[in-house]
Amino acid sequence: MADVKQTKIDLNNLKAGGFIKERGKDLFTVRLRVPGGRMSVPRLKKIAEVAEKFGGEFVHLSVRQSIELININFKDFDAVVEELGEKSQKVASCGARVRVPVACGGCEYNPNGLVDTQKSALEVDEKLFGTPTGHHKFKVAFAGCPFDCPKSSTNDVGFSGAIEPVLDKATCISCGLCVKSCVPKALVMGEDNKPVLTAEKCIWCGDCVKVCPTEAWSVKKKGYTVRIGGKWGRNPLVGTLFATFLPEDKAVEFIAAVLEWYKQKAEGLGRIRLGDTIIKEGPDALLNHLRSQFPDYTVAKTIAPQIIQTQVGMN
Amino acid sequence: MQTIDLRGVSCPTNFVKAKLALEDLDDGMIAQILLDDGEPVKNVPRSLKADGHKLLGLTQTEEGYYILELKKIEE
Repeated sequence: MADVKQTKIDLNNLKAGGFIKERGKDLFTVRLRVPGGRMSVPRLKKIAEVAEKFGGEFVHLSVRQSIELININFKDFDAVVEELGEKSQKVASCGARVRVPVACGGCEYNPNGLVDTQKSALEVDEKLFGTPTGHHKFKVAFAGCPFDCPKSSTNDVGFSGAIEPVLDKATCISCGLCVKSCVPKALVMGEDNKPVLTAEKCIWCGDCVKVCPTEAWSVKKKGYTVRIGGKWGRNPLVGTLFATFLPEDKAVEFIAAVLEWYKQKAEGLGRIRLGDTIIKEGPDALLNHLRSQFPDYTVAKTIAPQIIQTQVGMN
Repeated sequence: MQTIDLRGVSCPTNFVKAKLALEDLDDGMIAQILLDDGEPVKNVPRSLKADGHKLLGLTQTEEGYYILELKKIEE
């Protein structure tokens, strides 16, 4: 009888997923956890070393900001985890779990950024990453402003930074720069030659505050616009509005409340995403649940996630 | 007063050209910057403000372009 060499693997490393089977025998993609897409340069060097030693000729940048090591032999799992340094570089997830949050660069160096999306992404990653939902995947994204480069409303819970501006008429020099800067045309010059804001048209981007030469426009409120129930893939849904000006430090708590509702309401419905659960239960069911915990931030009314017809015209 | 004509120059070249032109001005001097409608008039004033200059006013001309008046502030 031939000697059978037993491969030993620490199965704890696989708990949160992130090791994804490839086409070839024994080969896996190892998806690394890069919350908010930010990675220090020394860490990037370390990952390059590990990729060179254990992986193929390239890495892949996933659509959700992870670095994926390609062509990793499953027998090297423990060595890869060890060399990456378990504390500083964690592996990402797959399956029915809370995924690594994505985020834009935020407000530190991006002139459009209104809120610290990087901080929010790290907090969510630390507190909620890998939480099993019991039903399906659960994605979170943070955009620093309403221009929403991360496409937050295609996530289960999507956040976009917003500010409510307020005008001090006495300081205003009637230069008209804010009116010219206002893309949604929420600002027009009034009869007194001072800008007038139409709240219904405002997307809360803060461009008026940024351009104002005299600080006549300033920030009254700052926080996240929250849209829930989005997803892409086979049957795309765009998430709808559930909360406005949610303080940045309440993001984790808010997501936890949505998760709690999802876990309970999707019970027995099989592999169903949050958006489809909302359509089934009605948006008010979730809105009321959230209002009980976040009365100051939830909107008065909302609608179900919006179905996007991507198959029309297909024979 | 210095006039910096940035008509027909697109972003971000117009902003960088404005920065270069403003380097030649003394602190406190007033400049007129000519900007096209659209992206340029939306982006350039705000970027110049972020660079520390004092925006004084914006006027639209009959021809449709804009004149941004600003005071150069040395950091």
